Amino acid sequence: MGAGHTHALYVHEHSAIHRMAPQTKLVAALGMVASIAVTPREAIWAFAVYAVLIGSIAALSRIGPGFLAARLLAVAPFVLFAFLIPFIATGETVEIGFVEVSVPGLWGAWNILIKAVLGASVSIVLTATTEVAEIIRGLGVLRAPALFTSIAVFMIRYLELITDELGRMRTAMTARGYDPRWIAQARPIATSAGALFVRSYERGERIHAAMLARGFTGEMPTFDRPAIARSQWVVVLVVIMVFVAVATVALLVT
Amino acid sequence: MHAPDGFLGVGVAVATGIISLIVIGFALRQSKKQLSDKLIPLAGITAAFIFAAQMFNFPVAAGTTGHLLGGALAAILLGPSVGVIAVTIVVVVQAFIFADGGITALGYNVLNMAIVPAYGGYAVFRIFRRMLPTSAGGVIGATGSAAWASVVMASVAFSIQWLFGATAPVSFDDVFAAMVGVHALIGIGEGIISALAVGAVLASRPDLVYGAADLERSQLDDSKVGMRTFVVGGVLVALVFSAVISQFAVDNPDGLERVAEDTGFIESSEDHSLADSIFADYATDGVSNETLSLAIAGIVGTAVTLLVAAGIFMGLRQQRSRDPASV
Repeated sequence: MGAGHTHALYVHEHSAIHRMAPQTKLVAALGMVASIAVTPREAIWAFAVYAVLIGSIAALSRIGPGFLAARLLAVAPFVLFAFLIPFIATGETVEIGFVEVSVPGLWGAWNILIKAVLGASVSIVLTATTEVAEIIRGLGVLRAPALFTSIAVFMIRYLELITDELGRMRTAMTARGYDPRWIAQARPIATSAGALFVRSYERGERIHAAMLARGFTGEMPTFDRPAIARSQWVVVLVVIMVFVAVATVALLVT
Repeated sequence: MHAPDGFLGVGVAVATGIISLIVIGFALRQSKKQLSDKLIPLAGITAAFIFAAQMFNFPVAAGTTGHLLGGALAAILLGPSVGVIAVTIVVVVQAFIFADGGITALGYNVLNMAIVPAYGGYAVFRIFRRMLPTSAGGVIGATGSAAWASVVMASVAFSIQWLFGATAPVSFDDVFAAMVGVHALIGIGEGIISALAVGAVLASRPDLVYGAADLERSQLDDSKVGMRTFVVGGVLVALVFSAVISQFAVDNPDGLERVAEDTGFIESSEDHSLADSIFADYATDGVSNETLSLAIAGIVGTAVTLLVAAGIFMGLRQQRSRDPASV
């Protein structure tokens, strides 16, 4: 697969962070996200520190703030839920303008919002600096089951092909005047989902036959990669320790 | 339903993570037996199909749309074990690569979006298959009901996790009523689309529908009855369900609260010693009305767990009775 498969998510740059091995970045991301998740909501300063740290890493990777903001739209549905909480939560209330909102509800909303945004930012920086196939390879190096990562690699390899096929089906339906507004008009969507499944499955069978012809035994071959420099793990350790330290202080103070 | 990082408490994240790991490890072993060397390409490409299927926006009414979740559809087309793997991979890839759902939220996201809909939906599918005629129509009707139920079960699972790991003081009753209510409606779309999609596959490649492997060729033509069965069955299930939910989630809490006010124990319950402890934020936020919340959670939680367990065992049992070469 070429670089074309990742164009929407990957920022093609040559920063130090791009050059790091995927498994080190995965471990770092996990440590960062876990620290953010356990930080108590009252420690607003801690979230400010996280935001600055993640922002610096993004800047080091030469990811623009616009790119980050656009990708953050993925968390939008839960942000909507978060905005509802102050109105439906219980507990003591405070008046803002004309409406009365719950104080613990506001804290709950803040908690969900900030953790969702920071957690998603970490994932976004990870995928912007690491090609998708590399992320899966990194998961494999970190001892994810080989069966699981092999299936994931196949999924990613054919994802664009199959979504393109879906796009062509949609174009064809729209060109023929299909513009459903009610669930009763959904039959063409369902039948094209069925057709897409049959096409995908048959493609899978053809690929399996082609793989058998090339000596596939049920296991994907593994290739040895050059060992990574110890300095990369040191960097990761330092980053994780900073995040864990902030979380620990936040837990102790509040 | 892709929950972000820190949406539920740490305890729930860890507990659901362990459950999900065990179930997925089990499913990987099962599907390796089912598909042997075909597993990697077929599961991978059908996972890409599930990913694409989630992009199918269907109209709900007057321009609003919902999208397919696909857990039950995957289990019925591919079998519960392979189906659950395909959906899990979609959820994991979405978290790591598309920032859709948190990495530390993977435990509950995999449980709610892959394990519960696929295994629970498959169990409901088999139960309906037994009640409906052995025909293409029966399979289509059972698919519709199972897909609807899978979405509702996922929302039930989410609400129960909220009970244990709430991060905001929104009561379990409110979350449960809102989540299950909204998903009972969304599920109708899921049910109709899944049923029609399985019907379309049955019409062209019936051998690809795992859940219809027992049908003879002559039974495949008869697809008319199913739609009627499905509509009648769907309306019945929806009516019974909404009656039960409204009884539990709306009437009783009010009733119980009034009793509590009348008898005066609502005041005495306000200042309890736990309020100052560090657990106060997490452990009790989701509970406004402890006895009743626990009762609802206990009943529906047991039902969903039993169905998911049934789905897992059905995957195991059918595996033994099927000739692997014919899959």
